[in-house]
Amino acid sequence: MSDNNTISSEKYLNMDLLRFTTAGSVDDGKSTLIGRLLYDSKAIFADQMEAIEKTSEQMGDGYVNLALLTDGLRAEREQGITIDVAYRYFATPKRKFIIADTPGHIQYTRNMVTGASTANLAIVLVDARHGVVEQTNRHAFIASLLQIKHLVLCVNKMDLVDYKQEAFDTIVEDFENFSHKLDIPDIHYIPISALKGDNVVNKSQTMDWYDGSTLLYVLENVHIASDMNYVDCRFPVQRVIRPQSDEHHDFRGYAGRIEGGVFKPGDEVMSLPSGFTSIIENIQTMDGDLDEAFPPMSVVMTLKDEIDVSRGDMIVRTNNQPHVGQDIELMICWLNDKPLNPRGKYSIKHTSKELRCIVKEVRYKVNINTLHRIEDDLTIGLNDIGRILIRTTQPLFYDSYRRNRSTGSVILVDEFTNETVGAGMILT
Amino acid sequence: MYSYNLTHLKQLEAEAIFIFREIASQFERPVLLFSGGKDSIVLVRLAQKAFWPARLPFPLMHIDTEHNFPETIHFRDKLASDIGVRLIVSSVQDSIDQGRVAEESGLNASRNNLQTTTLLDAIEEHHFDACFGGARRDEEKARAKERFLSHRDEFGQWDPKNQRPELWNLLNGRKDPGEHFRVFPISNWTEMDVWQYIALENLEIPSIYFSHQREVVRRNGVLLAKCDFLNLTEKEQYEELTIRFRTVGDMTCTGAVESEAGSVETIIQEVASARETERGGRADDKRSEAAMEDRKKEGYF
Repeated sequence: MSDNNTISSEKYLNMDLLRFTTAGSVDDGKSTLIGRLLYDSKAIFADQMEAIEKTSEQMGDGYVNLALLTDGLRAEREQGITIDVAYRYFATPKRKFIIADTPGHIQYTRNMVTGASTANLAIVLVDARHGVVEQTNRHAFIASLLQIKHLVLCVNKMDLVDYKQEAFDTIVEDFENFSHKLDIPDIHYIPISALKGDNVVNKSQTMDWYDGSTLLYVLENVHIASDMNYVDCRFPVQRVIRPQSDEHHDFRGYAGRIEGGVFKPGDEVMSLPSGFTSIIENIQTMDGDLDEAFPPMSVVMTLKDEIDVSRGDMIVRTNNQPHVGQDIELMICWLNDKPLNPRGKYSIKHTSKELRCIVKEVRYKVNINTLHRIEDDLTIGLNDIGRILIRTTQPLFYDSYRRNRSTGSVILVDEFTNETVGAGMILT
Repeated sequence: MYSYNLTHLKQLEAEAIFIFREIASQFERPVLLFSGGKDSIVLVRLAQKAFWPARLPFPLMHIDTEHNFPETIHFRDKLASDIGVRLIVSSVQDSIDQGRVAEESGLNASRNNLQTTTLLDAIEEHHFDACFGGARRDEEKARAKERFLSHRDEFGQWDPKNQRPELWNLLNGRKDPGEHFRVFPISNWTEMDVWQYIALENLEIPSIYFSHQREVVRRNGVLLAKCDFLNLTEKEQYEELTIRFRTVGDMTCTGAVESEAGSVETIIQEVASARETERGGRADDKRSEAAMEDRKKEGYF
């Protein structure tokens, strides 16, 4: 939204998209930070502002509580907590943002893993008075496990430590000591006050010693275009399209989303599991044919030969094939009150494929605060993360999660309650 | 380094198409809930794109309160016939006649809440197991916590504390007999995204979205259109203003805004500088702080 409140459609249509997740302990001021981003980027409307002013007054807050903007459900407002993941939206002339706002209390891991699964960037909040705590490390570990490539450590409440540089420097050093064990290539550190607005959208007037960027600047400029896998061509087929109309009598197209690599007409491809090969005839959409298709486009592909391809199959380049196998090693995050059954059978979803699996072995559990392996207690309960081996009823065509988040991830579903109980990342 | 990049609107489009295809394949009897409003018009276009060159593999269904703007109904019928898809109309009046619900009385009587019963009855009658809806998370705070796939028990109820986690692109549509899902492919779109998409795709929308002269009455800060279903108090009177509607709902509860915007382009400028949310003009949301949350738990859209 520009200053004069006009908007150029041409610019709007060229904006890209950044999905980020926010994490912090209970009183780190996460809701206030999001409220501040929305407020200072003018994504808040007058009627929303009036509503929270009214509520703040009723609750006797004594100031306009920006946190109320994000606490959506009645139970949350009454108890002052956040249940579940909530999604927020705002845009600047550069980018559109989707925030996955995850609560910091119980069920924390489950919610953060959910929010992190689609995020490009993670914001981790630390209270400047308390420094790096166990939860900080846990949040960073989950971001790393979920392969979020960019992390911003926001040292919040700088106003409560007199905006002193020493407080910030100590926290940065502590965090670096932990984060070198992680797999996050891009880490930023920013001293902020979400309440007062320092270094969130506007540069702080009180912290001259900090010459880095504001949070919004990082969000607007972080380079995400190369985070996707454009190397390994993967096209899981969602649906076979056969119009059976006079106009398209012999049409047989494969609908799906490109989950890796760049496909072009003329490419030699193979369909899995059959192993039959053919040539891409056309890549089509209702808006016309495409010269190339890349993630995360949804397209329809036609092949030169009539080979048998159906939902759950995967079209790949003949010279770059995924792993094929039934014995799969997973890092699993458990999402359900009922612990993982170490010999249990589950329904498993992987790309457009749904089949069954049995847990063969629990290898170890991870202490998510210290990253140590726990081998004497192998119960994987709610919010636990561990390494397991499963065997599927039919082969999966997969990549390691590290290489491709789409073809490297699975969910486990309880066959009796139909609930999604586990989130798995494939190791190879 | 590769420079492949999709704009945010193309990413949202690809995401919605992905969801349509996934649900049409995982479920036996999906239906698209069509209100004639801009969000459901965008939804229909996305569904066309998802199955092109085949036709939509499911019907449209409208829950008709019979308090709609005539312009919306005209638009609805034309769209269904243009794209060659079956349109099911379920009437709230029928539910009233059958004694399933009782008409509200009083000054602010509305059929908005009654729609829930008609909707749930229609889902049961037609054995629908997945209903596509055009709800967006930016619309209202209870909607911010919705999933793409929203599980409803056999009573059609939503339990916000017990939703299935949604990770990556993996949608879990497993259910027991009698249960169904609400599916929201444009969850991640904002009001501005919807308008920009309407402009980009050159989509037709009902005429009431554009500026026109109309007799309206001002009630609780909301401008309501003159119609047979509205009772005025002694102090109230109609006045003719230049207005348009930001959302399409019942005539009894959809507020107008004073506006000169007569094209999609000018509406986009208006949305960009608006100081009120689009549902700010909805009298049905103003009933209480948690009005939407309560209705959703009962099975509302």
